[in-house]
Amino acid sequence: MTRSDLVLSSVTKRFGSFTAVDDLDLTVPEGSFFALLGPSGCGKTTTLRMVAGLEEPTSGTVHLGDQDISGLRPYKRPVNTVFQSYALFPHLSIAENVAFGLRRRGVKDVKQQVGEMLELVELEQYAGRRPAQLSGGQQQRVALARALINRPQVLLLDEPLGALDLKLRRQMQIELKRIQTEVGITFVHVTHDQEEAMTMADTIAVMNGGVIEQMGRPLDLYENPATTFVSNFLGQSNLVGGQVLERSSQSVLIDVHGSKLLAPSDRARSAEGDVWVGIRPEKVFLAAAESEFDDGSNLLAGGVVTDVSYVGVSTQYLARMPWGQELMVFEQNTGARDSFRPGDRVDLHWMPAHTFLLDATQAADAGVEKEEDL
Amino acid sequence: MSRLGTRRWLGDRLVMLFAVLVLLYMLVPVGVVILMSFNQPASRQGYTFDAFTLDNWTNICGPYQLCDSVTISIQIGLLATVVATALGALMAFAMVRHRFRGRGTANVAIFLPMASPEIVLGSSLLALFVSAGFAGQLGFWTIFVAHVMFCLSFVVVTVKARLAGLDPRLEQAAMDLYANEWQTFWRVTFPLVFPGILAAALLSFSLSFDDFIITNLVSGQTVTFPMFVWGAAQRGIPPQINVVGTIMFLLALALVVIGELNSRRRLRG
Repeated sequence: MTRSDLVLSSVTKRFGSFTAVDDLDLTVPEGSFFALLGPSGCGKTTTLRMVAGLEEPTSGTVHLGDQDISGLRPYKRPVNTVFQSYALFPHLSIAENVAFGLRRRGVKDVKQQVGEMLELVELEQYAGRRPAQLSGGQQQRVALARALINRPQVLLLDEPLGALDLKLRRQMQIELKRIQTEVGITFVHVTHDQEEAMTMADTIAVMNGGVIEQMGRPLDLYENPATTFVSNFLGQSNLVGGQVLERSSQSVLIDVHGSKLLAPSDRARSAEGDVWVGIRPEKVFLAAAESEFDDGSNLLAGGVVTDVSYVGVSTQYLARMPWGQELMVFEQNTGARDSFRPGDRVDLHWMPAHTFLLDATQAADAGVEKEEDL
Repeated sequence: MSRLGTRRWLGDRLVMLFAVLVLLYMLVPVGVVILMSFNQPASRQGYTFDAFTLDNWTNICGPYQLCDSVTISIQIGLLATVVATALGALMAFAMVRHRFRGRGTANVAIFLPMASPEIVLGSSLLALFVSAGFAGQLGFWTIFVAHVMFCLSFVVVTVKARLAGLDPRLEQAAMDLYANEWQTFWRVTFPLVFPGILAAALLSFSLSFDDFIITNLVSGQTVTFPMFVWGAAQRGIPPQINVVGTIMFLLALALVVIGELNSRRRLRG
């Protein structure tokens, strides 16, 4: 292997009887922008800290290229971290914070490099200040500069945008992506914000309960989730219980509360017996009850609109189905048609190609954002 | 002016008035000490201001044993401060950073000297020294041992508070940025804990310099400054004592001002 991929092999971390990371295998290709996404307590930060050397794995190894770095002290690893709270040294100036890593490695003339790095994060004029005199967004950029100046082989980012307000966060997401493209260093980004992960990362690994649920490009994860957790944690999904009637090499026929629905075989994670039939809310169309369809759409009839929320670009509906479940439908506000009102009787239809099937033994509400997570 | 306006006006002025009164209450004794340092008393028992003079300032060491006692107090104070601060800071690090058996008990035990009445500590120390066979050696070194003992608690508590407020991620960040354990301690941990250590040292010195009760019991023939003042008070206090008091006050004031200026300069960057 000539490339310096970051490879975690069967890494487990236990704290007492609690298993934070469970037999994790992970390869982060060199130069990629990789996101570890999951709810708090899923083990993503622990994974990051094991790469940094701030936690020792209970078992398993961490390799960087050919080198086993599992047993190395943090200061021996060609890896730097941007901490969640930035952890800037309050007693040092911005320039000295940024120069810290270079000085520890015995670099004599740091002035030019520090200047260039502060320029990269657009903070040249703040070199002489103390961290406490900077705003949150500026401190975040100092933390980034302080890590990047060392040209690490891997840069670890632990919820780096968590403390910023929404607008600044969007701005920094674009900024981080630009910097990553510019410097070409492997970024491993830990976040619980699915939108942040999808905007920035080439590859996302969705973690839950110490294991990786699914890994892939943002598009693949969203369009073709492998588990109910992924389908709910990345965006929102309607999951309806059904039984498989027939399967062919192309498609699977499912009975859902008396309606016959089709799903492509290659989007079926489970194609036997009970399954969850999944469809993203924005892929579903609403039609007034008893409209005629013969375009081969999947159709669930007999819904009643129970809630309408207008959110500007779209309108989000809840429709109560005859079996009591409420399904979500997001419609673009194109103005082509009047919106429905609560109490209207509606049918739901969508293209079979957008349907996905999941294992019915998984909880339908896994990964749904709950009040206390917000 | 409306009734509400009047009440508001009065309320604001009253708060101010009380604040000034409280400050006066606190500072009048200091003012009296400074004033009396320029006093030329008419008689030995004179506690009234009789005439202005600079003689006390030009002849501080005039009264027999005064300067000797100040020297002894300063020597003991400095020594006790250095030893108590070093030991106490190490104890604080151990108690904040390490999980060991008996940590909870140690945390409580460290408070005991602070909570016990000094007269009890002093008499038990005396009993300890005598029963250990140091009855003949009571003096400078027994005072020193006693002072280190009661300063320790204060040092541990002060440094512990500072350490507990130190974000452990700062040290992790230093390690992440290629600083080994030694460099991390001297570049990050120590500079950040230093204000706590300095505060503990100043507190120790002032506690040691000031102590009378414990010192009086374990001092043998040695006379510290507080003991000198106590002895002199029986016969009439020489005005030079006020000079020493004023100097100590000015030193303390200078330290506070320097500290304040320093922290402001730091904030401005």
